[in-house]
Amino acid sequence: MTDLAQQGSRDMTMAHPKSRYQSAEFSARLRARYAAEQRFRAYGIAAVSLAAVMLVILLGSIVSKGYTAFWQNEIRLTVTLDPAELDPQGTRDPKVLAQGNYMKLIRDALAARFPEVTGRNERRQLADILSNGAPFTLQKMVMADPSLVGKTVPVWFQASDDVDQLEKGYIDRSLPEVQRRVNDLQIKALDSLRQDGSLHAGFNTTLFTAGDSREPEQAGIWGAIVGSFLTLVVTMGLSVPIGIAAAVYMEEFAPKNRWTDLIEVNINNLAAVPSIIYGLLGLAVFLNFFGMPRSAPVVGGVVLALMTLPVIIIAARVALKAVPPSIREAALGIGASPLQTVMHHVLPLAMPGILTGTIIGMARALGETAPLLMIGMIAFIVDIPNSFTSSATVLPVQIFMWSDSPERAFTERTSAAIMVLLGFLIVMNGLAVYLRKKFERRW
Amino acid sequence: MQLSVLLVVLALLSVTGYYLGRSTAVRAVDGRVVRLHSVPSYHGMYVALWAGLPALLLFVLWGASENWLVMQMALAGLPPELTSVNEQALNLLKADILNLAHGVTTGRDSHAAVKAAAARYVELHSLSRWMLLAIGAAMAMGGLLFARARIEANHRARNKVERVLNLFLVGCSLVAILTTIGIVLSLLFEAMRFFAVYPPLDFLFGLHWSPQTAMRADQVGSSGSFGAIPLFAGTLLITVISMAVAVPVGLMSAIFMSEYASPNIRTALKPILEVLAGIPTVVYGFFAALTMAPFIRGVGQSIGLDVASESALGAGIVMGVMIIPFVSSLSDDVINAVPQSLRDGSYGLGATKSETIRQVVLPAALPGIVAAIMLAVSRAIGETMIVVMAAGLSANLTANPLEAVTTVTTQIATLLVGDQEFDSPKTLSAFGLGLVLFLVTLSLNMIALKVVQKYREKYD
Repeated sequence: MTDLAQQGSRDMTMAHPKSRYQSAEFSARLRARYAAEQRFRAYGIAAVSLAAVMLVILLGSIVSKGYTAFWQNEIRLTVTLDPAELDPQGTRDPKVLAQGNYMKLIRDALAARFPEVTGRNERRQLADILSNGAPFTLQKMVMADPSLVGKTVPVWFQASDDVDQLEKGYIDRSLPEVQRRVNDLQIKALDSLRQDGSLHAGFNTTLFTAGDSREPEQAGIWGAIVGSFLTLVVTMGLSVPIGIAAAVYMEEFAPKNRWTDLIEVNINNLAAVPSIIYGLLGLAVFLNFFGMPRSAPVVGGVVLALMTLPVIIIAARVALKAVPPSIREAALGIGASPLQTVMHHVLPLAMPGILTGTIIGMARALGETAPLLMIGMIAFIVDIPNSFTSSATVLPVQIFMWSDSPERAFTERTSAAIMVLLGFLIVMNGLAVYLRKKFERRW
Repeated sequence: MQLSVLLVVLALLSVTGYYLGRSTAVRAVDGRVVRLHSVPSYHGMYVALWAGLPALLLFVLWGASENWLVMQMALAGLPPELTSVNEQALNLLKADILNLAHGVTTGRDSHAAVKAAAARYVELHSLSRWMLLAIGAAMAMGGLLFARARIEANHRARNKVERVLNLFLVGCSLVAILTTIGIVLSLLFEAMRFFAVYPPLDFLFGLHWSPQTAMRADQVGSSGSFGAIPLFAGTLLITVISMAVAVPVGLMSAIFMSEYASPNIRTALKPILEVLAGIPTVVYGFFAALTMAPFIRGVGQSIGLDVASESALGAGIVMGVMIIPFVSSLSDDVINAVPQSLRDGSYGLGATKSETIRQVVLPAALPGIVAAIMLAVSRAIGETMIVVMAAGLSANLTANPLEAVTTVTTQIATLLVGDQEFDSPKTLSAFGLGLVLFLVTLSLNMIALKVVQKYREKYD
C-alpha cells in the first residue's frame, strides 16, 4: 500500500504533470503581461519622441520661415548727383545738402535706365521697386562725402519688400497680375536689371543695425537689442544683490519662526505668480502711483527684477544649502564672526551655483513679454534707445509687434528676430551649463 | 548731471573713507594691530558707511520728493484762477508746465503765466539739484570726519558694521513680502474702483462680455458689459486642451526618463525638454499663430469641418507643448522621491516593471503628481503670450474647441494696451480680471506647494 502510494507519487513526478504555472491560460496571461510591459515602454518612448518632434517642428518652422531674412536684395542704379538739385550755391554746406531733392535724382536715374517706360503711372510703379528709404541712402552717402556732388556714380539701393519677396520666391510669378503684389512692368524691369548684374542679394546689415520701421526692408532689431540690454542691466543690478542678500539672510541668519516661514511660503508662491500680474503691478504702482515714464527700460527692468527675484533667491538658497556645515564650523571655530563666515567662506563656495541660477533667471527675463506690454514697452520706436529712461522696446516685444504685421516680409523678419533671441538664450543657458560643469563640487 | 556727480562724489568719499579709516585705526595703536578690537578693514568700512549711507538716504528721499515739491512751488506762483480748478485740469496744467520746462512743443498756445511757471520750474529744479549736490557732499564729508574721529583701539567697529549689513540683509528678504503686498494692494485698489461702477456679482456671473464702453453719451454699439463667464469658460477650455496634451506626454516622458532610460539616454534626452522649457512664450505664440493654427484649419477643412482660424485647439495644443517640460520635470522629482524599497518589494513579488510603476510607484507618487498638475494648470491659466497671439478676442461662450474663444489673460493684455484713459471701466476691468487670476493661481499654487511639502516629508 505504502509502496504503491510511493510508486504512484514517483510516477507523477517523473511524468511532470502540468502545474498551473505552465498552463496555456497562464502563459497567455504572461504573454499579455509582457505585451503590456512593451506597450507601456512604447508609450514612454512615444511621449519623449512627441516632445522631440514638436521641438523639431517648432525650430524647423521658424528657421525655414526666417533664414531668408538674413539677406536683402539690392538694386544698382547709376545716379547723376546733379549740383543744381543738391547744392545750387556750391557751398557744400551740410544743411543745404540735407535738403536736396534726392527722390528726383533717383527718378531721373530710373528714367535714364529704363527710357522705354514713359507714362506717369508706369514711372511711379517703376520707382516702387526701390525701398522708400532709397533717398535717405543717397542723402547719407552724399553727406558723408560731399565731393561726390556733380559726379555720376553707381549706387546700390535696397529693393522694396515686395521685390525682395519676389526674388526670394515667396511671390508666385505665375499668378494673374492683379493678384500679384509685383506687376508685369516691374518684373520686366527687374529681369533686365538682373541681366546686367544690377540686382543682387547681399547680407542684410539693416536688420542688425536699424531700429523699428513700418517698411520691412528698413526695419531692424538693433533698437530692440539695445532696449533688452538696458532692461536686463537694470534687472540684474537689482535682482542679483537683493536676491543673494535675501537668500543669505534666510539660509544663514534667519531664526526659524512663523515670520520667516511666511517669507519662505511667500517667495515660493511669488515664483509661480503669472508674469502678467507683475505687469499689472508695474502699471499700477510704478506708472500710476510713482509716475515713472512709460516704455522706459528702467521700469521694465524693475518689473522683471521683481519677477526674477524669487527664482534667484530659490537658486541661491539651494546653492548655500549645498555648502557643508563643516566649513561654517571650521570658520566659526577659529574665531570668525557669523557674517565673516558667510562672506569669506560660505558665499564664495556657493557662488558658482548662485551664478548658474542667476543666468537662468536672466534668460527667463530676456524672453519675457507679457509684463512689458502692460507698462507700455510696446510702443513703435524708431530711434535706438540711449538711456535708461528713453522710450524703448525689447526683443520679445519686437517679435510680438512684427508678428502682427500683415506683410510677408515681416513674417520673415519676425522669424529672424526669434532666431537671434534664441541664439542669445542658447548662449546664456550654455554658459550656465558650462559653469555648473566646471565648478560643480561634490562634498 | 548733478545727480551723477553726487554719486561719483559719494563713491569717491566712501573709498577714501575706507582707506582713511584703515590707516587711522592702524596708527591709533602704533601699528600693533592685535590691540585693535576689530581688524583695520572693519574700521575702514565703518568710515566708508558713515561717508556713503546718510548722503545716499538723503539722495533717495530728495529724489522722491523733488519733483512734487518743485511743482508745488511753481504752481504757487500762478494766479489763483488758473490753479483753482478741478483735478483733471490741474493735471493738464502740470503736464503743460512740464512739457514747456523740458522744451517739448505742445502745439498749443500757452498762457504767459504758465510759461513763467515753467521757467520758474526749470530754475527751481536746477537750484534743487545744486542744493542736493552741496548738501549731499557736505553730509558725506561730515560723516567721514565724524566716523574717523571715533576710531580708537577699543572702538567696536565690527559689531557696528555687521549690524548695518544685517539690517541690509533683512531688508532684502522683505522685498519679497513687499512685492506680494504691492500686488495685492494694487489689484485690490484698482478692482475696487471697477466694482464701484460695476457690480461684482454681474462681473463674476454675467454671461456677456463686451468691454467697449461709450466714450460719449450718444455713441452707439458700446454696451460696456463686463460679464466674465465667457472668459472663464474660454480659459478653462484652453487649459483643458493644454492639459490633455501636457499631462500624458509629460508624465509618460518623466516615467520613461526616470524608470526606463539608461543614464546615457537620459543625458541625451534631457536637453530636448530643457530647450522646450527655455523657449520664450512669444515664440510659442508665433508658432501657434502662424504654423499650428493654419495647419489645424487645413486639416479641419480637408475632413469637412469648419475651424476658426484662431481656434482654441491650436492655442491649447501649443500651450500643452510649452507645459510638457514643466509637468515632466516636476513629476520626475516626485517619482525619484519614491523609495527604491517599494520598487524592490514589488519586483520581489514578480511584478513587471510597468506593473510596478502603475500599481506601486504612481500611487505612491500620486499626491506629488496631482500637485504638479495643479501647478501646471496654474501656469496654463496665467500664460499670456500664446493666447494673445493665437486665441481670439471675441468672447464666445462655447465648449467647441474648434471655435475661437478668449481668455482672461488675453483680455487683460488687450484692454491695457489700447489708448483708453485710465479711469474708464474698460481699463479698470482688467484689474478685476487680474485679481481673479491672481486669487485662482495663488490658491492653486498654495495647495500644490503644501501637498508637495507634505509628500516630501512622508518619504524623507
